[in-house]
Amino acid sequence: MDFILYLINGLSLGSVYAIIALGYTMVYGIAKMLNFAHGDVIMVGAYTAYFLLVSYGVNFYLSILITMLVCALLGIIVERLAYKPLRSASSLSVLITAIGVSYLLQNSAQLFWGTSSKMFPTSFTNGSFSFSDVNIPYLTILTIIVCIIITVVLQWFVNNTKTGSAMRACAEDKGAALLMGINVNNTISITFAIGSALAAVASILLCSAYPSISPTLGSMPGIKAFTAAVFGGIGSIPGAFIGGLLLGIIEILSKAYISTQLSDAVVFSILILVLLIKPTGILGKKTIEKV
Amino acid sequence: MINKIFNIFKNKKSKYTSLLLVVFLFVLVNILISTGNISSLIKNLLIPLISYIIAALALNLTVGILGDLSLGQAGFMSVGGFTGAVIVAYCSRFIDNNLLVMIIAILGGSIFAGIFGLIVSIPVLKLQGDYLAIVTLAFGQIVKSLISNLYVGIDSLGLHISLVEDHTNLLKDGKMIINGPSGLSGNLRLSTLNIAFVLLFISLLVIYNILESKQGRAIMATRDNKIVALSVGIDTSKYKLMAFVVSAILGGAAGVIYTMSFSSLMPTKFDFNLSIMILVYVVLGGLGNMTGTIISTIILMLLPELLRSIQDYRMIIYALVLILIMIISNNKAIKQVFTNFRNKLFKKGAAND
Repeated sequence: MDFILYLINGLSLGSVYAIIALGYTMVYGIAKMLNFAHGDVIMVGAYTAYFLLVSYGVNFYLSILITMLVCALLGIIVERLAYKPLRSASSLSVLITAIGVSYLLQNSAQLFWGTSSKMFPTSFTNGSFSFSDVNIPYLTILTIIVCIIITVVLQWFVNNTKTGSAMRACAEDKGAALLMGINVNNTISITFAIGSALAAVASILLCSAYPSISPTLGSMPGIKAFTAAVFGGIGSIPGAFIGGLLLGIIEILSKAYISTQLSDAVVFSILILVLLIKPTGILGKKTIEKV
Repeated sequence: MINKIFNIFKNKKSKYTSLLLVVFLFVLVNILISTGNISSLIKNLLIPLISYIIAALALNLTVGILGDLSLGQAGFMSVGGFTGAVIVAYCSRFIDNNLLVMIIAILGGSIFAGIFGLIVSIPVLKLQGDYLAIVTLAFGQIVKSLISNLYVGIDSLGLHISLVEDHTNLLKDGKMIINGPSGLSGNLRLSTLNIAFVLLFISLLVIYNILESKQGRAIMATRDNKIVALSVGIDTSKYKLMAFVVSAILGGAAGVIYTMSFSSLMPTKFDFNLSIMILVYVVLGGLGNMTGTIISTIILMLLPELLRSIQDYRMIIYALVLILIMIISNNKAIKQVFTNFRNKLFKKGAAND
């Protein structure tokens, strides 16, 4: 019975990773950049939700919506100010800029909100139900369901809507997309907005499970989600979903059965092994280099 | 006059510029210290600074010369540093000469880091681009996680090593060297500025020797176009491996002098953020440009210290500087102005090429 409980916990943690990884993967697909500041958007989302819920006493569902809007706006602003001028620059320059943005967000948060950690209110997502003799919190199930809904909707959106087609076109070839009358700038902004809004959802789910919030809260989930996105094959939406879930399950199972302290070592070793067998991730496209 | 000097440097691929720069820094630091014109704060930063420079130069070999993004340089520093600390604790029991102990530690640390580099390069040879970057990131995390759970102690029976839990069971005369998450304590601070500068000089010589040889050209050919390099008979895997292992060895050596300049050190010091910081030094200094790497490391490491008077805002300013430098240096109009200016300044030099 323990195993099932671990598995469900793993799925829940993996769902959070998957939601963040979806944002990573979408931004990567269209902008071909590793957005290292993505983890810090989670942190901003967590603080926004915290202040809405605790200081202003806003309704829980309304505050989720506002947090998503705030993060989406942040994503758009960051893209316009920092990444847009570098669209034709080398990928390393963009990477360094993303690191700069990450430092900026972290240190601004430290300046405004202090370094001491705050407790995120968990009363909204409390409660659990029993299934035979396993006690499962509602939050765990909620997280998994939210993740599945987001993945399905996102996959439908990208494949079946006009904006989705525009995104795929921009991901393929920005110049050609421009010639077809697609507003490339707006499409990239929308992608960043969606990715950041997903980070906001992830932040609320994450902080409801692990309620201590601090300015560096986003960095570790950020790294894990980045890993998950690569694990599943970066640029692929189902890949990010599978990668995130697998990473979460491996992490919880290795904590339970191998060693709590060494779980990071186990997770990343498995990642390297998987990449040895599938060099472009589980669902990644294999690109053949031609002369 | 300026043109002539510039030409000499240019023809020798800036080798002498960076070597001279190191000598100049060595003299400058010694003058500043002997005249007492240096604050103790900066003085304590000097050995870590040189260690970062060596690590950045080593990283430039993989990122700049080989063209593969590596996010795990801190991992190699960690392996080298902690190996070095154990060697120092072990050897100082029967060798009196501090310099000799330190040399053995640096050699041991770099060899160990080199072995890890070899292990990492197995997946690295199969992967490309961001997948390669994530393997190096994963390596850094694995090293951090392992060393945070490593317990090494020494007593009259020799070394005792255990993982996850402390099973070292030392005798009464024993002492812990690496104590799990709290890391090193009671470390002998054997790093001196002279050793650090000599190591920096040697690292530069090693890197330039590679750059100016057949191997270096093969590495750069692999970077510029792998398929063409393969088709003219270059064994790209071999040279990729070579660049990676040399980078790991130098990173390990940097780790040793870093570690041995502190009496206590936590394994989390060598984390992802440090890898990223070193990468920032390399990119801002210019890919493949060793002199640039030295200068950018010095400026970027001292910048937060110089901004100490505005404590609360210094990291924000640092972040803004990073973003602005990247945006400005990639702006075509500003680039053009600089090129024009340089052409004007070195008009004859440019014509002679």
